[in-house]
Amino acid sequence: VRDDDELRRLIERVVDERVSGRLAELGARLDDVVARLNVAAPPGTRDRASILVFSGDFDHLLSAFIVAVGAVSMGVEVSMYFTFWGLAALKRKTSFAGKKIEERLLSLILPGGPDGVGTSRLNMFGLGPALFKRMMADKHVETLPGLIAVARELGVKLTACKMTMDVMGIRDDELIEGVEYGGAATYVAEAIESKITLFI
Amino acid sequence: VVAASNELFLDCKGMSCPMPIVRLTQAMRGLAPGERLVVEATDPAFRPDLLAWGRRFGHTVVSLEMGPVIRATVIKSGATRA
Repeated sequence: VRDDDELRRLIERVVDERVSGRLAELGARLDDVVARLNVAAPPGTRDRASILVFSGDFDHLLSAFIVAVGAVSMGVEVSMYFTFWGLAALKRKTSFAGKKIEERLLSLILPGGPDGVGTSRLNMFGLGPALFKRMMADKHVETLPGLIAVARELGVKLTACKMTMDVMGIRDDELIEGVEYGGAATYVAEAIESKITLFI
Repeated sequence: VVAASNELFLDCKGMSCPMPIVRLTQAMRGLAPGERLVVEATDPAFRPDLLAWGRRFGHTVVSLEMGPVIRATVIKSGATRA
């Protein structure tokens, strides 16, 4: 009987030691997980939206910027990526110096900025946009350059696709200030963290 | 934001989507939790936009008068309200 008691005490002691050791280990792991969660999602982390702007049409750009500005006002962090025709939204001027002949030709044909873009339908050699602008003014709708200004003021991140700029011969100094430059990976890195992704 | 008779007032009349909500969000930043703001707008989408905006931030829309001019009173979230 005395041996049994001793054995039981020994077993209890060993079990206690092991369990407390495991508990300490688990506790440390839990602290680690909590710490990581806090890093991944610190309080106040905002939802994100990323918009890939491919189109350079007036109505498409207007929609893109209305959604972007609306999203910021809803507490969403917005980034917009501009590629191909969409780059027109970021242009502030057109320069010809130092460009190849085909780049110059393209610069001549393409709109010099958001104020010069055509509509996707009923463009009618520029009559469509003029009509739209008048109708928008009547309804007190913010103009496209106005919306772009608001988007910048509210901190919408604007990124220009460097590859398409290169292809089309668009230089950095032709774009508005504060634009960042990137490629497909830059867009994907942003889009994968976003709840809303749009291709316009 | 114009303060009139102890009440903060934001005039969004004549503005179109999304500008009333843009200005409203900016105006709310200057308010303390529990403070109220009266906003007037004529944008036809203002009612659904305002309600969605309120749900998103947890601000309370305490009154909403419809008409040619939509008039709403909102209370900033995050405090005990009287």
